[in-house]
Amino acid sequence: MIAPATVVLAAIVGWPLINLIIMSTQKYGRAQVFGAAPEFVGLDNFIFILTDDAFWAVFNRSIAFAAVNVVLTMTLGTIVALSMMMMAKGWRILVQLGLLTAWAMPQLTAVIVWGWMFNTDYGVVNYWLSEFFGLDYLGHSWFSQPLSFFAVATLIITWQSVPFVAFTLYAGLTQIPGEVKEASMLDGASGVQRFRNITVPYLRPVFAIVITLQIIWDLRVFTQIYALQGLGGLREQTNTLGVYIYTISLGTGDYGMGGAISIVMVLLMSAMAFYYVRRTLKEVED
Amino acid sequence: MKKIKKFGLASFALLVFVLSVFPIYWMVNTAFTPNGLTRSQTPSFFPSNFTLENFNTVLFEESINPFLPALLNSLAITLLTVTFALAFAFLSAVALARFQFIGRKTFLVLILVIQMIPGEAMIISIYRLIDGANLLNTIAGLTIVYVATVLPFTIWMLRGFVAGVPIELEEAAMVDGCTRQQAFRRITLPLLAPGLVATGVFGFIQAWNEFLLALVINSRPEMMTLPVWLRTYQQVTNETNWAAIMAGSVMMTLPVLIFFIIVQGRMTSGLVAGAVKG
Repeated sequence: MIAPATVVLAAIVGWPLINLIIMSTQKYGRAQVFGAAPEFVGLDNFIFILTDDAFWAVFNRSIAFAAVNVVLTMTLGTIVALSMMMMAKGWRILVQLGLLTAWAMPQLTAVIVWGWMFNTDYGVVNYWLSEFFGLDYLGHSWFSQPLSFFAVATLIITWQSVPFVAFTLYAGLTQIPGEVKEASMLDGASGVQRFRNITVPYLRPVFAIVITLQIIWDLRVFTQIYALQGLGGLREQTNTLGVYIYTISLGTGDYGMGGAISIVMVLLMSAMAFYYVRRTLKEVED
Repeated sequence: MKKIKKFGLASFALLVFVLSVFPIYWMVNTAFTPNGLTRSQTPSFFPSNFTLENFNTVLFEESINPFLPALLNSLAITLLTVTFALAFAFLSAVALARFQFIGRKTFLVLILVIQMIPGEAMIISIYRLIDGANLLNTIAGLTIVYVATVLPFTIWMLRGFVAGVPIELEEAAMVDGCTRQQAFRRITLPLLAPGLVATGVFGFIQAWNEFLLALVINSRPEMMTLPVWLRTYQQVTNETNWAAIMAGSVMMTLPVLIFFIIVQGRMTSGLVAGAVKG
């Protein structure tokens, strides 16, 4: 009964993975695509990228970008989840409705719509900043500088990630038994004490999984960066790992090199993934 | 003090709501505004000159990069993906939840591990695989890839649903004279229906929204799916017709928004276990 699934996964995931490893040890460029035999070059591709400044710039940028996004998303998500616990039902439903729509938006349309809002000449953001805050932002181009490019990217990603974090943490919060909270209140614990000594320990497993997932997702980011680059970003200064792999392999045609970078990316994420897999399996067995 | 807290919470709720919804509102607002008016220094916050012209432009007047073929491609690929993924996942899920077999644990671990392999790292070899099979720019090619992409999660999610139906119910039916197949069909299957719907909708959303693989595998204009179409359209119009781009965005977002709200409750728990982002 598991045969059909196994066949599909072996063919579309397993086989390409093996190929990827082989390819990363080969000189595999345009000529090979058109039939020339690929030449085995051992670890040359890896040595090249690991001594390449351009690669490290992309690597460090990806990590820094993911770090900022994870911290921001987790902080905001936690605040929203905690406040949802205290809200009257009507307000809570309003918040949930809003979060849901942001979460449901297809990633690509989200980028296009935000891109329109941040448009240089007719964007509503520039209009606001100029009209209501008296700043001189009319005609300001957000995407031509790496820093403000990533600020907008962060805004889009955080906007779409907070809902998942908030909903999951909120679900976790509602699982904390009411008696525990009541008892601590009777014992005179303050709000901060209750948060530190009850909420945090109860939520720790949920936090762990959500943070792991956010790290993985934000390290993998592709759609948002790629689509924003199409709105006028400087590609070279804004590439992240996923986009870099795409550019090197399908753009310049250097599949061997792209394969090596892909392997580095897989290894980078394995540690996170290992933790996640172990944790999830443990939960299933309990 | 209590009043201040209440007021503060209400304002915060309102703030979160407005920030979450505004981009979607802005998309809809622009989509119903004549393009000429969107290119003014003072944006209007309501579609005061309400028009359907932009939808007409996207649907019928765009010839270089038409919307309807992309819509049909998206529909075909998504529906095929959901059908195959559900069928395969259902078989696996029942096996995993109901039977003990050698390799069961290994299969479970592999499903989770596969789920964690970043697709961004796999694009090159998947591209070459599909190219080698002469399936670039076909419905079949992208469908197969999507089935593989959504399978781990659908198996995982359905396994949870099957395991959630107590085996005692089936046993009771068998005591009353049902065969094992009958018991499964009459007792368990109806109880699984909501789970199947939720899982199917989830697969639908995944396939409908997917961008990277579609960009790599179906790059020819007549074979594009909606996300790739939208980006190309935005590039082709060179940011001169934002109103039409927003109209296209609205049409692409609408089905997902509706489906998403229907299955949201089931997905929140499923997502934590399955590691796929909506």
